Formats: sequence, C-alpha cells, structure tokens
Amino acid sequence: MAGPLPSGNEMPQDGALPAGVNVDAHLRTMSAYVHVPFCRVRCGYCDFNTYTSTELRGASQLTYVDELEREIVLSTHVLSNAGVPRRKLSSVFFGGGTPTLLPADDLVKTLELLAQHHDIATGAEVTVEANPDTVTDQYMTTLAQAGFTRVSIGMQSAVPEVLKTLDRSHNPESVKNAVHSARKAGLEVSIDLIYGAPGETLEQWQQSLEAAIALDTGHVSAYALIVEEGTALERKIRRGELPQPDDDLEADMYELADTLLSNAGFEWYEVSNWSKSPQQRSTHNLSYWQSNDWWGYGPGAHSHIGGTRFWNVKHPAAYAQRLAEGNSPAAGWEQPDSQAQFLEKILLETRIRQGVSSEGLDTGIIASLISDGLIDGVSAIQKRIVLTIAGRLRADEVVRRLTNS
Amino acid sequence: MSPRATKPLQPASTDPAKIRNFCIIAHIDHGKSTLADRMLQITGIVDDRSMRAQYLDRMDIERERGITIKSQAVRMPWELDGETYALNMIDTPGHVDFTYEVSRSLAACEGAILLVDAAQGIEAQTLANLYLAMENDLTIIPVLNKIDLPAADPEKYAKELADLIGGKPEDVLRVSGKTGIGVPELLDLVVEKIPAPVGNADAPARAMIFDSVYDAYRGVITYVRVIDGALKPRERIQMMSTKAAHELIEIGVSSPEPIPSQGLGVGEVGYLITGVKDVRQSKVGDTVTDYAKPASEALPGYTDPKAMVFSGLYPIDGSDYPVLREALDKLKLSDASLNYEPETSVALGFGFRCGFLGLLHLEIITERLEREFGLDLIATAPSVPYEVTTEDKKTVTVTNPSEYPSGKITRVSEPLVRAGILTPKDYVGTIMELCQSRRGNLLGMEYFGEDRVEMKYEIPLGEIVFDFFDHLKSRTQGYASLDYEEAGEQDSDLVKVDILLQGEQVDAFSAIVHKDKAYAYGLMMTERLKKLIPRQQFEVPIQAAIGARIIARETISAIRKDVLAKCYGGDITRKRKLLEKQKEGKKRMKMVGRVEVPQEAFIAALQGDDEVKKK
Repeated sequence: MAGPLPSGNEMPQDGALPAGVNVDAHLRTMSAYVHVPFCRVRCGYCDFNTYTSTELRGASQLTYVDELEREIVLSTHVLSNAGVPRRKLSSVFFGGGTPTLLPADDLVKTLELLAQHHDIATGAEVTVEANPDTVTDQYMTTLAQAGFTRVSIGMQSAVPEVLKTLDRSHNPESVKNAVHSARKAGLEVSIDLIYGAPGETLEQWQQSLEAAIALDTGHVSAYALIVEEGTALERKIRRGELPQPDDDLEADMYELADTLLSNAGFEWYEVSNWSKSPQQRSTHNLSYWQSNDWWGYGPGAHSHIGGTRFWNVKHPAAYAQRLAEGNSPAAGWEQPDSQAQFLEKILLETRIRQGVSSEGLDTGIIASLISDGLIDGVSAIQKRIVLTIAGRLRADEVVRRLTNS
Repeated sequence: MSPRATKPLQPASTDPAKIRNFCIIAHIDHGKSTLADRMLQITGIVDDRSMRAQYLDRMDIERERGITIKSQAVRMPWELDGETYALNMIDTPGHVDFTYEVSRSLAACEGAILLVDAAQGIEAQTLANLYLAMENDLTIIPVLNKIDLPAADPEKYAKELADLIGGKPEDVLRVSGKTGIGVPELLDLVVEKIPAPVGNADAPARAMIFDSVYDAYRGVITYVRVIDGALKPRERIQMMSTKAAHELIEIGVSSPEPIPSQGLGVGEVGYLITGVKDVRQSKVGDTVTDYAKPASEALPGYTDPKAMVFSGLYPIDGSDYPVLREALDKLKLSDASLNYEPETSVALGFGFRCGFLGLLHLEIITERLEREFGLDLIATAPSVPYEVTTEDKKTVTVTNPSEYPSGKITRVSEPLVRAGILTPKDYVGTIMELCQSRRGNLLGMEYFGEDRVEMKYEIPLGEIVFDFFDHLKSRTQGYASLDYEEAGEQDSDLVKVDILLQGEQVDAFSAIVHKDKAYAYGLMMTERLKKLIPRQQFEVPIQAAIGARIIARETISAIRKDVLAKCYGGDITRKRKLLEKQKEGKKRMKMVGRVEVPQEAFIAALQGDDEVKKK
C-alpha cells in the first residue's frame, strides 16, 4: 500500500550507479537502513511500506534475512564498482514495519552480515524500532550483546482512547516494561509519540507527554499525525466517522511538547526530535538531514549515495524475486538537478538545530523571516538560518520563501 | 407522393410563381436538423452516401448541442402535378438570444413549418418564434415530428397545435424526420400552402441580408433574399446602411454546396461573396442594392444588434492573454453581435469585457474560445447595462460593476424583459415563488391543452442572467422552458456591493443588486470566500460593503502550522516533490494586496462552488 514510488530513471538490472557517486565520498559518513516490512496488523493511519501475513503474496518472514544477505552482498559490489571506497558504517537503523516481529537472532544475523561486508565503526549507533508488546528482557539482552545500542519504542500515546483511534493494540503499561527491559540490557531508549489523532484533546496530549517524560529516557520524537491518502483513517475522516485534524490544535500541541520537554531538560535538535544531551541525538536521523550516504536495505527502502537517490521495488515478493534472479532490487534512481539540490539542502538543513548557512541566500528574504519571527535574528547575523519555534511550525513556508529568489 | 424533380429550375431565370421560401420553427431537440437532412435526401440534392447527419449544422458545437447557431439557405427542386418548383429552406437559429437574427430569417420567407416533438409538445422558445412568424404574416404549416417514438402522443399535441394556430387537429401533418415518413407529403404541402414571393422585377435591386458568415478561405459569405429587381455577377453592390460599395466576386445558391449562378431574381434566395473579411461590413437586416442604380429606400426592419449581457473573460493562465485577443479578433469576423474591450482585474489579471446578445450567446462564445483556440477561461458573473444618474445629473451606462460611479446616485434604471415560462401546471407554485424572489411581476397565465400553462412575467434582466435558468430547471425537473424579450427599463433601488479582502477591493466580486438583497449577497460572498481562501501568515478580514458602509464581515485567522512530518525511511525525494508542488501552487496564486489567493478560489467563488480541491 504506501504512497507510490517516485518517478525517476529506470535502474539497470545489476543496480550499477551512475558515474561520480564516489566524488568526495571520504567526506561523508556511511550508514545503513534496514527495512522490515512486516506487521501483525495494519494501523489505520499508517501508509508505510508494510504488509500483514495475508498481504505477502508468497514472500516470507522466514527467508527474509537470506534476502537481506543477498542485497548486502550486492551493495558492496555496486559500491566498489562505482569506485566508492569502503567506509565503516557510522550508524545502522532497523525500521519498519515491525522489526521486532522477527526473531532477535534474525536481527543479530543481519547486523553481523553488515559488519562482515561493510564493517561497523567503533561507537556506531545501532537502533531498532520496537513495538512495546514485542519487547522482552531476553530479546533486549540478545540485541545488546550483539552490538545494538539503542531502541526506539513506539509508545505513540499514553491514552487508551487515542491508541484505539490509532489502532494501536498495546497496553500503555507495557511501555514501562519495555523501557525497563531495554535499559536493563544497557540500551539507550527513545520514545516515539504521535499527536493530533482525530479527537485527541490538548489535555490528553499533555498526559502522554508527561508519561513519556516520566520514563526518563534521553530522547523523544513527537510527530504530527498526517492523514495519508489511501489509509483507513483517511476514509473514516472522509465519511465523517472521525473528525478532521485541526492544524491550530496541532500547533498548540507542538508548543506544549516543546515547553514540557524543555522543562524536563530536553533540547530540540530537529523539528520533531528532542534529546537531553547532544550525545543522545540520533546520529542516524541526522545523517539524513545532513545528506550523508546511506544504503536502504529491504523492499521500498531509499538510498542516497553521492547525490544519487535510488529506491527498491515495494513489494516483498518482487524484492525477493529480483534478488533470487541475481538482480538488483532497485526500481529507479534520480540525480536531482542543481535547483532541486538547492531545495533539498535548504529543506533538510533548516530542520536541524544548527540550521543552514545563509551564504548565497537572499538577504531581503532573511530579513523578512526575522521580522515575521520565523528565524532567529542573532543566528542570522552569525550567518546561520535557525528556526524559532514559530518557524519550526511553519518550516515549509520558510523553505518556500528562502528558495523563491 | 411526388417524384423527385428531374430538371431543377435555373437561378436568375426562375418565375417567382415557382419559388417557395420557408423556414422551420422548432425547439432544440425537436428534430429540425434531422428533418432538414431528410428533405435534402428526398429532393435528391444530397446523395444518400455523402449524407452527413445534420448536414446543415456545420460547427461542432452546433452538432453536439443540437443547436443551430448560424442559419443558411438551401435551394431544393421539387415536382408537384408535373410542375417543377424551387424550394428555399432557410434554416433559422433556434434560440431566444438570436431573436433579431430569427426575425430577419423569417422576413425572408413567406411560410414556416412549425415543427413540434410529438412526445413533448410546444416549448416557450418555439412559441416566441411562432409569434414572430405570425407577426410577419407567414403561412404556418403545423407538423408533429418523431411520431415513430413510443412516447409520442400525436392526438394530444395535434389538438394543442390546432388550438394554438387555428384549424383542425387532423390537419396537423405527422412526420418522422428520422425515417422519412410524411416528409414528401410535407414538401407537397409547402408548394400548395405557402404563397409565392411577390416583387417588382423592374425596380432597382433590393435584397435583404438575413445572414452573413465568415469563411476562412472565401471571406464573408452573405445570404440574401431578393425582394425587387435582380443581382448579377461582377456588378458593384452597395450596403444601404453604410453606403459601402463592394465588387460581387461570386453570386449563387446553396444546394447545399455553393453553386455560382447567373444572378438572383425576385423572390430568390442565395449567397454573395465580395471578398470582405469582416461580417460587420455585411450586417444582418441591411439592404443590398445596385451601386450604379441604387434603390431610394432601404427595406424596413434593420437594427444594430444590442448587447444585453456583459461578462469579463479572463485566461486562467495570464500568458494566454494574447491568444485570447487573437481568438476574439477571429470570432468577431464571423459574429457581428460580439463586442469586447480590454479590461484589467485585480483578481483575474488581463482580460476582456465582452458584450453578448444573451446568456446562450455568452456560453457559445466561451465554449468556442475554449474549444477552437484551446483557451482555459474564467467568466465573471454576467451583468446587464444599467443607466446610472449621479447628483450632477450625468447619466452613464454601467456594464461592469467596477465602473459604477462613486458618490451620490440619484437614479438607477435597469433593463426589463418580458419572460414567458411554459410549464406543466403542477409547477406553477414553485415558479411563482422563484419569480417573486427575482422581483418578477406576473402579467398573466394561459393554458395550453389540459395540463400546460404559459406564465408571463415582467422581470429585471439582471435577475435572470444569474442562475435563474438553472433554478427554473431544477425546480421543475427540467420540464419548464423559458423565453424572454426586451421590455424597456425601470427605475429600481439598486446598490453596488463591493467585496474587500484586507481592505482591498476585489473587483471581480463587485455586484449591482437590489437594496433588499445586498446583505444576503454580501453574506454569501464573504462566507464563500472564507471557505475558499487559504489561511495566510496574517489575519485577513473579508468584508462586504456598500460604499463606505460595511454590511458583512468574516475573518480568516492567521496560519500557525505549515510543516510536513518526518521523512519516511530516508525518502527525501517524496519530501522534495511535496515542497516543489507547494511552490508550484504558490506561483499560481494571485495577489490581492498582500493576500495570496489561489486562482481556483476566485473561480470557485464566481461559480458558486464552495469546494476548492486542496492541493
């Protein structure tokens, strides 16, 4: 299901990358994203590339690690053929879907394969997303012993009604246990929250924030719910069964999150992410915003190597078949032109705390953004475009204005 | 049944006693074009193979809508009792907007076939044209068409027709244009019943122009009916209204393709080609005479076409403005009643203020501009000409609300029409309600047959140019039909309501309305715009005002959140595309002061459509 893949150039069967992707590679870090496209049930709001057992059309969780192994091997060939030097992975991220639906050993084996073929940097961040229901002491310990360093727990909300609207089946209590298990195993913990579910009140959101803060983790993400086309949630709203999310309420919720998290010792470092210390920021997430290199493994995963973006076929069955035939699972690629690169740079880098350099940007536009209260004036004088809280809420407008000259 | 004529009569040497000039009066969809096709086929001037459905209607729009916009004349041979006749069928435009053109076509005939759908009965517009035909002393031949349809009720409608024009129901001829049943008999009746034309062959030439069309290859083709004298090839002719003289390059008859002839004599109908390129030089209703030996008096009945409905036409893509200008210049060549001048609107950019004969004329022109020239257009709400007198006793004609004089107004007069609404009697109540709400004044009601009524209203034209017809149709399940004619003017309590966006007037939404409706209009527009205009970086008041007095207000609060969520597993491409799309959308915004308004919002507001698709 998920939104359609971008339209781009067709990828050759062997997955060979265009010339030039190796230029300045040593100046960029290399990361790996591993997509696990399986879920027990589909949540009504989700349009990620994920499948329940009945939607797999012959693909299987049981053989998934073998397929990942094929792509990992292929990726090292593709990179070395393109002249990209071998770099140790500075971060690895297992996302989904529900990665913890796989046996812990499968995740461990995948990490070992990555280490074997790419090598993993000392102190690298290795994160796994986890559904609170799937986490046990045993599971966490297995991962921690194999080199995982961080777990991102999908708490979403502490309020049962809100969880129900989101189709999340977990018991709010299980989040505590999951955090406890992870911490006991020595893992860093991040809490994922969603705000703006249809019908959710500001008070309910405050309850969730307070519950998350009480878990005393070093990192919190809070994402506004987006009603994506083609989801069950969108249909329910269209039919009037659920209310339309309200942008103003979401703005209040964001402001509340920033206030409560700041009071609890967190600091924003990306529009939707807060951490207690710079060390607890997600290296992996930042590498996206800073346009480093990463390879996305698994169906529908996106990669970025030296300015070229490419993406895999979406369905696990098609993915498995391509690899079984010895071909690349990549479906398409694009090299954004200079105008698109400029837009990407602005849109990615304005979202992080250090902001984007103001060099080459229109001074008149920058001045108007300062006077509208969207960017920080002091930072602008120091040649950085850094969003204020109002600016974080209207980040897209800031990007449009900065790229309009 | 008569045989086909084997030796057609030659133009220029036909005895007027052997000529019959007639037209067909019918409602849209009642099968006029199909019947005309069948006549062409039965008289043998179009062979069965090359028969194109609805041969006479040339333009695509006409064929699709089943409306004849431009009339033409076709000469057909027919034999009755061993004598050969020349029948000139003059195809009339069928709609109320073209009343003047219809009246000229009728003036070129001695008789008319009144064609009525045997399943539907007569409609308001047909009544209007029938009225004109009877005023012109035309001989009427009543005919019921589509008698092969299962829903046909010829008994009922024959009685209705007989009641209407006199005579017996059994005299009403029953035909099927589709199958050809009754068509030869109809041609016989045309010869028997319709009088031959009468004129003075020795007098100076006088021919009435009943149509002129522009042809890309040949220039203007002028259709005339000769009243007196004769016109001959290569002589110089003169237009009596303008005194302009032209060389006759070609003269002939349509049969149905143009066939040059040795001229046209008394009572004959044919075409002239002079090489002029603009139909304005060959005006419908004007008299053509011989330049060397001109007639002293023109034929009666000529008037200049008068625009009754005005609307601003704007290209949706501003860069199409030159294309629109060229397109209008081209259409003007073939449509003498179209007039326009450049106009600028804050909301819509550069466009043209256009004058039309009526609503259908507006619709046809807009559609032709879109279809033939690939333009995407938005039309402002139609307006009518108001006479506005200011305190200093100056009177101006206002065709565009934005030109309404400021300052104290002492008098406003608006055009009135006499409207005839023909409806099944069950809908009389709902129609009365509608007409009353539009300031209509009931003049009378007349029953047709058992269950149909013609309601006559005097009503301001300004009240019917805006969605009246849609309301009429929806309240009567489509059964009611409407016709109207000008009926002078009246002084009224009219005011101009302006719509302001953050204090800036949005010209496209100004309207001249009756005092009692000003508040409702203001409320409707401010509410509509509030729904349509996206939130801005600041608060935007939307106000309706009469002069300096605010009568309604809505506020669009400032936007607080404008940010996309996370990137999905590193799918930056998707995020960038979303932003590119947003930026593209911003480019299409129109600026009213500092307020960004999507063009679609203006369009939706003008069309009364509250939903703008969110991009």
